[in-house]
Amino acid sequence: MATTADQATQSELKIVEDATCTFCGCVCDDITLKVQDNHIVEAKKACILGKAWFLNHDIEDRPSCLIDGQPAELEAGYRRAAEILCQAYYPIVYGLSDSPCEAQRVAVSIGDWVGANIDTTTSVCHGPSGMAFQGVGEVTATLGEVANRGDLIIFWGSNPAESHPRHFTKYSLMPKGLFVPNGRKDRTCVMVDVRKTKSAKAADLFFQIRPRKDFEALWTLRALAKGIPLDAQLVEQETGIELSRWQELMDKMKASKFGVIFFGMGLTMTRGKHCNSEALLALTRDMNAYTRFIAKPNRGHGNVTGADNVVAWRTGYQFGVNHARGYPRFNPGEYTTSDTLARREADAALIVASDPMSNFSQPAREHLASIPYIALDPKDTPTMRGAAVAFTVATYGINTGGTVYRMDDVPIPLRPAFPSPHPSDQAVLEGIERYVLQMRGVGVL
Amino acid sequence: MPETFILIPGRTSKQGCGISEGKFKENYLAETSVLQVAPQDMQRLQLAQGDRVRIRSEWGQIEIAVTAAKSDELPPGLLFIAYGDQSSRLMGGDTHGSGMPTSKGFDVELEVLSPRPAE
Amino acid sequence: MTQSLLKIAGGTVYDPANGIDGQVRDLWIRGGRIVEPPSDPAERPTQTIDAAGMVVMPGGVDIHCHIAGPKVNVARKMRPEEKRKAPPVMRTANTHSGTMGSVPSTFATGYKYAGMGYTTAFDAAIPPLAARHAHEEFHDTPCLDKGFYVLMGNNHYLMQAIHDGESEKLRTFIAWLLGAAKGYAPKLVNPGGVEVWKHHASGNVSGLDSIVDHFDVTPRQIVAEVARAANDIGLPHPVHIHCNNLGMPGNWTTTLETMKALEGHRGHITHIQFHSYGGGEGDENTFNSKVAPLAEYVNANENITIDVGQVMFGETTSMTGDGPLGYFLHNVYKGKWFSGDTEMESGCGITPIRYRQKSLVHALQWAIGLEWYLMVDDPWRVVMSTDHPNGGSFLAYPQIIRLLMDRSYRQDVLKTCPAKVRERSQLGDLNREYTLSEIAIITRAGPARILGLTDKGHLGVGADADVTVYTPDENKETMFALPRHVIKGGRVMIEHGEIRSTPQGKTLHVSPAYDEGGVADIRTWFEKYYSIRFNNYAVDASYLDEAEAVP
Repeated sequence: MATTADQATQSELKIVEDATCTFCGCVCDDITLKVQDNHIVEAKKACILGKAWFLNHDIEDRPSCLIDGQPAELEAGYRRAAEILCQAYYPIVYGLSDSPCEAQRVAVSIGDWVGANIDTTTSVCHGPSGMAFQGVGEVTATLGEVANRGDLIIFWGSNPAESHPRHFTKYSLMPKGLFVPNGRKDRTCVMVDVRKTKSAKAADLFFQIRPRKDFEALWTLRALAKGIPLDAQLVEQETGIELSRWQELMDKMKASKFGVIFFGMGLTMTRGKHCNSEALLALTRDMNAYTRFIAKPNRGHGNVTGADNVVAWRTGYQFGVNHARGYPRFNPGEYTTSDTLARREADAALIVASDPMSNFSQPAREHLASIPYIALDPKDTPTMRGAAVAFTVATYGINTGGTVYRMDDVPIPLRPAFPSPHPSDQAVLEGIERYVLQMRGVGVL
Repeated sequence: MPETFILIPGRTSKQGCGISEGKFKENYLAETSVLQVAPQDMQRLQLAQGDRVRIRSEWGQIEIAVTAAKSDELPPGLLFIAYGDQSSRLMGGDTHGSGMPTSKGFDVELEVLSPRPAE
Repeated sequence: MTQSLLKIAGGTVYDPANGIDGQVRDLWIRGGRIVEPPSDPAERPTQTIDAAGMVVMPGGVDIHCHIAGPKVNVARKMRPEEKRKAPPVMRTANTHSGTMGSVPSTFATGYKYAGMGYTTAFDAAIPPLAARHAHEEFHDTPCLDKGFYVLMGNNHYLMQAIHDGESEKLRTFIAWLLGAAKGYAPKLVNPGGVEVWKHHASGNVSGLDSIVDHFDVTPRQIVAEVARAANDIGLPHPVHIHCNNLGMPGNWTTTLETMKALEGHRGHITHIQFHSYGGGEGDENTFNSKVAPLAEYVNANENITIDVGQVMFGETTSMTGDGPLGYFLHNVYKGKWFSGDTEMESGCGITPIRYRQKSLVHALQWAIGLEWYLMVDDPWRVVMSTDHPNGGSFLAYPQIIRLLMDRSYRQDVLKTCPAKVRERSQLGDLNREYTLSEIAIITRAGPARILGLTDKGHLGVGADADVTVYTPDENKETMFALPRHVIKGGRVMIEHGEIRSTPQGKTLHVSPAYDEGGVADIRTWFEKYYSIRFNNYAVDASYLDEAEAVP
């Protein structure tokens, strides 16, 4: 019967509306997925990064668990992982930014039970901005406020055209909003960077500042905001931009109704780090004496903002948290993962959804390679290849549900497209926690 | 003679796509193992696409192929590389009490390994 | 299988909702509820708590605190300095570790409330766009039944419906929004003022009849129409109001006008201490108490209930959905400042604050709070709160109880304040002392009734078995700070100061009916202006563990 056959064909094609992409901090939740035979064949509205994310996450034909490179039962993996963590003097938990909050919570519990360091990729992303926030605070808003009100949009040390491709169209430049009804025409876009990146093409004004001079440039603007006289020659020499151009920018900032600065790792990864972010947050705060002005770090990973939130609500601190004394203590530079590895302090690690073996400094990588560690990742990575226990997991947002926080702290649910034979991060972490509780004689009442 | 440059490691969309395709796949490996040089510097140093240079930082060194940066993306004196194994080899472990190693905008020395013969 | 039967034997029971004022009684608990004594005299309890000589009350109910969600979590991240100095909350064999300071971490919050004999708490200000976040934190906040109020006093759709005189649309929206957020009550924070702040440098409204530009509505209209709509819907706690002009000298008239704007509808004015100031506008030299005329109005109008928002001396964190207030406080105290505006909905301001006993303004704020407790005649309409952490930590409640029950202690503290406090407030002349029964009213029976929680705040048959057993002490702060037993839903959580169990607790929310046909209009508006999809907005049941939809 023709109808039955049609139905059968149709039933193989599944459409998921309003699916959420977790590749970058934009966390676009308007993606339409076409799914066929446990494979996403189309990801409508997704950008180049989103398409690569959705179309390349198939079910990996690898064992869910490897112990010392050999296939093993999951239970054996959980037990071995718990042993490694419980036997360590200075275990660390790291990563978490590409995992849903539900799994992050379990990871923090494990860290608490074994007295570990808990740190996320925030420490090598906008951790310095978090420190700056602790110094001066932050004036900010959700991305919908930018879309509805922002008439002067500044990008500083951030290249969304490559890192957050839908940023302009969805949130910051193109949207026709309540108070900016003509979209792009109602907005002025300014880029400040040391490189004339792809993003610079979108700008009305481009300020190519000298490398490592972000702080000086921001401090120049703070002075101009308050009308403090400056030495024109010195300003140009330091920042690479004429004082008159900075003044022109300040005039635009003061004339705007709702100014926004999105900033990137151009500030946090460059000499000065938290001082750079602090200068930018202070400038934004100062501008509120003249008009409304907000700032927002352009966060990278899909749920790095969720990781900040989960770690903060459970421990009181956002990243770099140590539990060795039985309660949380915070000290960036001391309890952050780049440091605990490069100083050769950590003696075991639980790495969730991140790849320090690719991205960390050489001394940190060398030390990680020398200690037993557990890794969870949907993909094969250098970190997975060196793990004592490696769990191939289901991909969040593609195979599993849960919650992620967009870069502006808006929590968004996930709509999985197809099931995976591999366990979720949450399932693996709960399995490990079960053994940790046994080994530690802990039982939550 | 080695010459001092400022290196900016950063994201590119190709590198980002490569993460999803797989870190042992061609696209990721290709994108993260090439150094972008300003066209003016390429010319001055008589470098052509694919020529190899040695890059040495305070903390490590690599040998890597170069390519000219697109149009005016890089000013002379700046180098760019997509984040990956190669850029990590040049990074130091110290974070100056911040948790963040200096990962952008640090000094490197560039030494040309295979200059094209003068034409 | 018979369920376990718990007996709390021979305690002196204070259960004002049931007219029991210090009578020796047994309480029987089965299946999480108070039950009749077993009819079969042979049936023995599976566990007995000997409460002879002890004071027995229902578990405490906090009607207004900030314990979960985006604003609270931002404050946690913002204030590492006070956590490092605070006593640590250690990991034990059965509890998680945590941090204190003015904004404790989630588990610590649950443990500390339980340790103080409180079993229910309501977070006062959640932007619906972040409702999911609040529920996630609730998941990690054990030992409490909890819910939250939904910020809507600056919501664009709501202001538009009020402007257009669309009362049906307004009712539909309020009911739909509460259901979508899985929240408990409508919350108005500086109605209209936050929208003006979002749109203008240092913007705010100045009173009930200021115009909110673009929307062309006034705070008075927002208060009146939301109160009317929420009462029409029949919500258990119709509207929870943070008035305009918080903290400003001379703001008492705004508060009085807000009460009048309720037009006789039930409404709750929160942290009223911060809204009871006389004096010239912006002039701290003339700052004084105006509790007397406001209390007179409250005494005469039974539709109005209040909580105090007591200020206690010391370091804390101010956090509010009132964006312009945050900016004002930042400019006064010069501390670090967070401001966060949520699209279409709300704002937020956070800054550290230290209330100093030697400051005339701060000491007056302290005195004004106490005046409120002492000058409202009917204890059923005044609730204990510090607006945690704004006036001080919830952990200050035992000290406030002592201030209310012990006149000479109160006078002693007053003597340490600047002398002008006596001239500018009536506190020095107030001799009232609270009884234990009245304390039971303002800390549990009253807030439960004001919240419409029929199973809480009392110990009658069928009530939730949330019970606190106190050891009597001359010093009431000691007595209330360290209860002997705390039982929640029939489970013993605290025994002699030790944590015995950490039940998850229920999420209390409302689920009012609304006209489904009205949702299409909301959706059209939503998809035009929000940055997330309509389908991803509403919080589904998976975010709630154990939940109770309160009718």
